[in-house]
Amino acid sequence: MVTVHTLTLYGLIILFLPLVSFVYQIFFGRVLGPRGAWLSVGALAVTLVLSLTMLVSLFMGHEIAFTPEVLWFTVGDFSLTLGFQFDNISVVMLVVVAIISSLAHLYSIEYMRGDVRYTRYFGYLGLFTFSMNGIVLAHSLIMMYVFWELVGLSSYLLIGHWFEKDSAADAGKKAFLTNRVGDIGMFIGIMLLWTVTGSFTFQGLYELIDVESGNMFAGQMGLLTIAGVLVFLGAIGKSAQFPLHIWLPDAMEGPTPVSALIHAATMVAAGVYLTVRMFPILTPDALLVVGTIGAITAVLGALIAITQNDIKRVLAYSTVSQLGYMIMAVGMGAQQAAFFHLSTHAMFKGLLFLCSGSVIHALHHALVHEGDHSTDHQDMRNMGGLRSKMPITYITMLIGALTISGVPLFSGFLSKDAILAGTLAFAHEHHVWWANLFPIAGFGAAAITAFYMFRLIFMTFHGKPANAKVNAHVHESPAVMTIPLMTLAVLSFALFFTLPGLNPMSAEGWFAHLIHQMENLTGYAALSWEHLEHGFHEAHHLTVQLSFAVAGTGIMLAIVFYLLGWLSPAAWAERLKKAGLYQASFHKFYFDEIYDKVLYQPFLWLTDKIAWLDWDWWDQRFIDSWGRNTVKAGNASGWVDYFWLDQIVIDGIGRIIRWMGAVGRKMQTGRIQNYLMWALAGGLIILVLANSF
Amino acid sequence: MGAYVLTILVFLPVLGAAVILLVPKGRGTWYRWIGAAFTGLQLLFAVWLYAAFDTSTSAFQFTQLAVWIEQFDINYHMGVDGLSMPMVFLTALLSFVSVIASWNITKAPRGYFSLFLLLDAGMMGVFVSLDFFLFYVFWEVMLLPMYFLIGIWGGPQRQYAAIKFFLYTLFGSVLMLLAMLALYFYSEPHTFSLITLITEAPKISVILWGFDMKWLIWFALFIGFAIKVPIFPFHTWLPLAHVEAPTAVSVILAGVLLKMGTYGMLRISYPLLPDQATAFAFSLAVLGVINIIWGAANAIAQEDLKRMVAYSSISHMGFVLLGMAAVVSPSLGGAQAGMNGAVLQMFNHGCITATLFLLVGVIYDQAHHRYLYYPKDYEDEALRGQVGFGGLATHMPIFAGFIALSFFAGLGLPALSGFISEAMCLIGGFTAFRTLTIIGTLGILLNATYFLRAFQTMFLGEPNEKWAGLKDMSAREIGMLAPLAVIIILLGVYPRPALQVISVTMDYLIQLVTAVGPMAGM
Repeated sequence: MVTVHTLTLYGLIILFLPLVSFVYQIFFGRVLGPRGAWLSVGALAVTLVLSLTMLVSLFMGHEIAFTPEVLWFTVGDFSLTLGFQFDNISVVMLVVVAIISSLAHLYSIEYMRGDVRYTRYFGYLGLFTFSMNGIVLAHSLIMMYVFWELVGLSSYLLIGHWFEKDSAADAGKKAFLTNRVGDIGMFIGIMLLWTVTGSFTFQGLYELIDVESGNMFAGQMGLLTIAGVLVFLGAIGKSAQFPLHIWLPDAMEGPTPVSALIHAATMVAAGVYLTVRMFPILTPDALLVVGTIGAITAVLGALIAITQNDIKRVLAYSTVSQLGYMIMAVGMGAQQAAFFHLSTHAMFKGLLFLCSGSVIHALHHALVHEGDHSTDHQDMRNMGGLRSKMPITYITMLIGALTISGVPLFSGFLSKDAILAGTLAFAHEHHVWWANLFPIAGFGAAAITAFYMFRLIFMTFHGKPANAKVNAHVHESPAVMTIPLMTLAVLSFALFFTLPGLNPMSAEGWFAHLIHQMENLTGYAALSWEHLEHGFHEAHHLTVQLSFAVAGTGIMLAIVFYLLGWLSPAAWAERLKKAGLYQASFHKFYFDEIYDKVLYQPFLWLTDKIAWLDWDWWDQRFIDSWGRNTVKAGNASGWVDYFWLDQIVIDGIGRIIRWMGAVGRKMQTGRIQNYLMWALAGGLIILVLANSF
Repeated sequence: MGAYVLTILVFLPVLGAAVILLVPKGRGTWYRWIGAAFTGLQLLFAVWLYAAFDTSTSAFQFTQLAVWIEQFDINYHMGVDGLSMPMVFLTALLSFVSVIASWNITKAPRGYFSLFLLLDAGMMGVFVSLDFFLFYVFWEVMLLPMYFLIGIWGGPQRQYAAIKFFLYTLFGSVLMLLAMLALYFYSEPHTFSLITLITEAPKISVILWGFDMKWLIWFALFIGFAIKVPIFPFHTWLPLAHVEAPTAVSVILAGVLLKMGTYGMLRISYPLLPDQATAFAFSLAVLGVINIIWGAANAIAQEDLKRMVAYSSISHMGFVLLGMAAVVSPSLGGAQAGMNGAVLQMFNHGCITATLFLLVGVIYDQAHHRYLYYPKDYEDEALRGQVGFGGLATHMPIFAGFIALSFFAGLGLPALSGFISEAMCLIGGFTAFRTLTIIGTLGILLNATYFLRAFQTMFLGEPNEKWAGLKDMSAREIGMLAPLAVIIILLGVYPRPALQVISVTMDYLIQLVTAVGPMAGM
């Protein structure tokens, strides 16, 4: 039995315990040294127990839907609150985060052994978990934005954990900046929503935008569409959606447990979580944008994953693609399916990444043992034949691959089907040709996914070892690493999500019981709950048949190419190269190159010119010209003052007087005749002058 | 103590300067201890002032009034409200920290510390004056020590920088003087009292050369203050002065002096000329957005770390202007968010930029350079275009930690103080000027760009052999930065202690300017 007060207390502990772990590891990490990492694992275990308690309590039928909040600060009419949004979605999400995070912590104990910044690494993991739980629990958009940025910080720090490598430092920066592009949109969206409704909280927005009870956006639904799309921009950044997906593959520079936790299972899913939370107030137009972005991303990621050779990059593009799936699902109105897939994906993608980490770890040690420091231990071409050496890793990774490919018995089958049913229902609902593109994208990506995943399995674990000597030194990873693998493998079975239901073909169970389809509040009939539910139900059977077909096709193709060798991958790559298709996929459709040429370099050029304009031109040339001209004017006036006024005018007067004096002196002859003559002359002149007037 | 606390705050440093001058020459470390003692004491008084400050009223507190020059109705009138309180605290804090940062000044320390204390007094005086004449006197008092501090203790181009700073500021001062005299002569009765002028100045109706006198006064004041902020295009004295000034003086310049510009607008221009303030709000928002973008774009292009930080100030002060412009917002909440955000941003930027300049000083003291990239015309040809440092995080973890904190505070990371004030300025601005503010939000991205770039070039990557000998921060350096770091985190997590001081005064100011605030009709 969980009361309202204990629930708030649980929330606080779940939120802040990882922060305590952060503070301990950063400031007091030296006290216990590497052993102190177990404290962080313990802290995470506590959050796991508490969130599971909440989940069980939910399932026992206790309603958890309330929002404790406190005033953060207020200035007159403008005030911000901090609070928890307790509902079924946030509790399930908390459990997901706690599971993956505690397993990643445990796994890291061995994986990071001997690292120079071992305690700091665990500190950052704690900071991440704190921020992620903050996003999950946030009751308002602004609070979510706060934690949104903080997960960005921890992501930056963890990607750049091995910052001595330039590629790691670059990747961290790229992740942060690319995310910020989306965050700008999100922030503008938040401001827009607040300006119209005066509310930052989800509950407040739901109430104020609900058409039933007087929509504050009435008469300007276009503005609501814009606001929704703007907030969604944040999700495009965080969930690595086209066209901001470029940071996620680079983020693989971070340690593999980080890739599993942050860049596969939880943080990147935050964008989906946000979009799910926004679903009730997204208009059909906004949802169409969401769905389109998701569909493009799903296909794009899958296409790129086919040709990558770095095991983590394959998984990274797979993550991009799967996140596209979830986003597309929200766009189709199937937001329940999106959240379902988010939860199952967290388990199986976390699993796949940790498996790849196990392989990389083993291969790295074997290579070092052989004195080989140059061979890339993440390149699948340097692997092969690891099946017998690492049986646990192999089997668990195979389970992961089967799950993501959508094979029955596994959770991915159910959640993927739910999404695909959503796309079929959407296409059925909208009688326009382009509506069919969504199911085509969905099923197409599903087929490609099955193909590249089994390509990965076969290249890594089957066939002949790339280097027999190295292969001889490969060992299965120790228990602290394999226990998380086995745990996640178990959690990838459909059963885990359908208990107490046992039918592997039906999603009926605790998850479906707790997570419902939300009601869209913008007042469009096509988005009504009954309508959507009906559509999904109708599409279900067709979906099951089609997804069997596509998953089977993908896996068969991989078997034919990579296991049996009936078709040669190299020959086909040559053929596709001629059409430019292989290169396009291999070079990730040149997004990085295009952004660099079209955006980043011109931008740097522009700032350079601005700096020139600001300093060289405006300041040195213009502003200082006032100084220089003042000096010139001063010199000129000095010259005028001395040479002209003083030397010529003033002294000239003196000289004239002296000359006149000299002249006068000569006239003073002392002879009376001379004086008479001057007087006569003067008199004559006066007479002449007087007569002339 | 309450009746004299402001006088004490202002004249304590003057007393300190006198004591330093009474100590004979050549007493090495005496002067800095005297400086630390007096600024430390001043900080204690400022803390007391904050604790005793009544946050429920917008009226001036701790006022002191004495007749100074009776014939012209010039009074020694001081007081603080929610606008000046944060500035007084900021001045006291940064003055103390700056003295600690000047610990290793060896060139004529006697002159240095006495001038520094005089500067401190001038700044404090500006923030507590309620008489325009007194305000103007302090404004000018501050200028002279600043000129010498840059011109004598500065970098290679110190004299050029000092004269440029001095002339530029003096140009503004002259306009301010004219505005002050105009206000005096055209108001009935003739007065310099900023409180009386709130009711008298709006009554001025004189046309001069076809212009409304109030607009002429507005622009004269505006240019005077704009140079201090500095507002584009009056900003180019700043990078030069900041770069050439010694560390502690850069801290004061960026941390306190820039705030005088926006403080002057809020203390004098807004309440005295409300009609002009509202009519000018849109232009102010435009200038604010230009500052944000232009400052950030320039910062991105800089090769010198200190210059980059200097341009970042221009960008961050742009948020203040945008927030101030929001006073005309049709929504009261928006105006309150903007105005409170502006004052909070003044305080927060003071702390953040001070931290940044102090940290630049820490590395410069040891490495004697601070290039992110060596310039293309650098004397050593082999180094041209090369990264200045690289990999410092490996052996200077504490320094890297402080830099990271200040950089992330600078780029507006939530949970650090800059975020809340910038967000409030943007939200406020958005309610009044949507398109402009949307352009302004680009600053969120641009600020992150240069801070992260600088962090990477200096701290990440392979450690640079050349700088392997650099020592991490000393206890003194940690000690002077720790309080600032604590404030940055504290106000980021819990901004209420600052906002509750500011809030009521801003309500009053909004009501004065727009006559629609919560106290309209009272």
